[in-house]
Amino acid sequence: MSQNDKDVFARRGFLKGTAAIAGATAVGTLLPAAAAVAQQSKLKIGLMLPYTGTFAQLGVAITNGFKLAVDERGGKLAGREIEFVTVDDESNPAKAPENVNKLVQRDKVDVVIGTVHSGVVMGMAKVLKESGTLWINPNGGAGAMTGAMCAPNFFRTSFSNWQTTHALGKVLKAKGHKTAVFITWKYAAGEEMMEGFKEGFEKEGGKLVKELYTPFPQVEFQALLTEIASIKPDAVVAFFAGGGAAKFLKDYQAAGLKGKIPLYGSGFLTDGVLDAVGDAGEGVETTLHYADGLDTKKDKAFRLAYAKTFKLQPDVYAVQGYDAGQLLAAGLDAVKGNVADKAGVIKGMEAAKIDSPRGVWTLSKAHNPVQDMYLRKVVGKENKSQGVAWKALADPARGCKA
Amino acid sequence: MDLAFILIQLLNGLQYGLLLFLVSSGLTLVFGIMGIINLAHGSFYMVGAYLAWSLASMTGNLATAIAIAIPLTVVLGMALEKLLFRQLYTRDHLYQVLLTYGLILVFEELRSIIWGDDVHGVAVPALLNASIPLTENLSYPVYRLAISGVCLLLAFALYVLIQKTRLGMMIRAGASNRDMVQSLGIDIKLIYTLVFAMGVALAAFAGMINAPLSSVTPNMGSHVLIICFVVVVIGGIGSVKGAMAASLMIGLAETFGQVLVPEVAGMIVYVLMAIVLVWRPEGLFGRK
Repeated sequence: MSQNDKDVFARRGFLKGTAAIAGATAVGTLLPAAAAVAQQSKLKIGLMLPYTGTFAQLGVAITNGFKLAVDERGGKLAGREIEFVTVDDESNPAKAPENVNKLVQRDKVDVVIGTVHSGVVMGMAKVLKESGTLWINPNGGAGAMTGAMCAPNFFRTSFSNWQTTHALGKVLKAKGHKTAVFITWKYAAGEEMMEGFKEGFEKEGGKLVKELYTPFPQVEFQALLTEIASIKPDAVVAFFAGGGAAKFLKDYQAAGLKGKIPLYGSGFLTDGVLDAVGDAGEGVETTLHYADGLDTKKDKAFRLAYAKTFKLQPDVYAVQGYDAGQLLAAGLDAVKGNVADKAGVIKGMEAAKIDSPRGVWTLSKAHNPVQDMYLRKVVGKENKSQGVAWKALADPARGCKA
Repeated sequence: MDLAFILIQLLNGLQYGLLLFLVSSGLTLVFGIMGIINLAHGSFYMVGAYLAWSLASMTGNLATAIAIAIPLTVVLGMALEKLLFRQLYTRDHLYQVLLTYGLILVFEELRSIIWGDDVHGVAVPALLNASIPLTENLSYPVYRLAISGVCLLLAFALYVLIQKTRLGMMIRAGASNRDMVQSLGIDIKLIYTLVFAMGVALAAFAGMINAPLSSVTPNMGSHVLIICFVVVVIGGIGSVKGAMAASLMIGLAETFGQVLVPEVAGMIVYVLMAIVLVWRPEGLFGRK
């Protein structure tokens, strides 16, 4: 299809969509009976996730997790059959509005589930704030989604960037570290994690002596590692992910810093890369809302069911997807599947206590999980839980007025 | 920052610069000498890294892996030149952009099918897996120094090949006037095939020996592509000497930029490029 055809298509979809939304509002308010009719139709769930590119595996894990939650309820949510509509967002923020519009206006989904990349999340937020469509974000940690941009129809089942590093302040204090250096990529997620750590560490009387940034997604760390060696802090805290994380762990070891200055980080530093880094990750301690070896009944059952169904080991992303399914189920149960009662669904989700593999969590006022942050330590190829670093940590949701 | 650390940063900058030269040397040949805008350069780099990883895990030895992988990439380069690039020499640059962009997508997809989307690591060869202590808490990995040595050797070899040998003379002549060279009875088609294959092999080789340092990841090629073009443009199109000078300049600028003015570190390279282009639009060592 040429670019031109696509544009015409999008435009037509848009016009139809607006008309339909206007119509739906009118019907919804004037004729409550219409809702009962709609109940017999299938519930339309739009999955907007990356299915190609660097984050493809994360998209698949989230989808699997979500579908597992639906399967556990007999393939239905609140008694209603499900129809999935999927859009590959390619982790491309530039295409985010177009992609989410496909779901909202062309397919008229009842709920949007997505996505991984924080930039795409922000693109979705603009569109979904206007359309008012129910939205559950199973990963992207952009603070603004449940901060300045927060809205009644926005929900997140993962984390805010701030949350993933905030508990480290306590951890470092307990280990007797008084000074620290934070190193990350210079982009929104990195800076938010730095803020989260800085706040937590300074509250404990620690001092963040230097923030080191390298341009995203550059992976040449040598200059900054030299800088760390010359500063000689008590501890280093890092956030990188994927290939960048693997390279950072190896370079940290190769520079001789490992074992001399202890390394900490946001959990993503050591998630999914341990096979690639050999022993360079060993002993690194991180905080995250999930860990290996939690040893709870729920987690064991989840891991077993997931491995059986998909022939894959679940990860934190699968858990977040699974919880998105659980949260939606709770909202729909509250209105007996009548998704047209949006206020009722929102209330149901707000009141939900999610029994997650990571432990029980609830939603904050801004609709971000209030959850336990685990301290994890790399042992072999696992991020072994060392216990809870911060019980029920809530994101401060700065700027959220909804 | 005391003197010792300034010297270490200098070493970091030079070492990073040499690495950049290694990564961009293949592009210098293909873009600089043959005039092909090769956006797939980064993909060849990625192919090299994945070959090194998969062959090293099969044979258990990076050196063996590289020895097997290089002929493979030469064959790949020759095949691509004969089947695809040959059709484009007489056409507009836009066709080359289209073809090589298409190749990026093809190689990414093939990589996903053959090797999957995981992040992989390649072990540093045991012989070079050591560090030299520099200060009380900092040491320098021997493997990085070894790569620098390889880069210098490679730069020297390229220089000799292009400036001092008969083949090099023919390559240079072909670059400035293809038809004339052909009418003098030189098989220019063969020469172009060879140069292109060399370019592919160099890019892949860079990926191979860099694999233990950088780890092997999807999309790794696109990260190096832009900086490679910057190197060639600053250095002057068609100049190996220029590429070397530009690499070292960028290496030092990035290193000291990150340390001294971290707020604008991401821009420094491009500011440098803009300044060079205003001052010498043809690049440092480019011909007018």
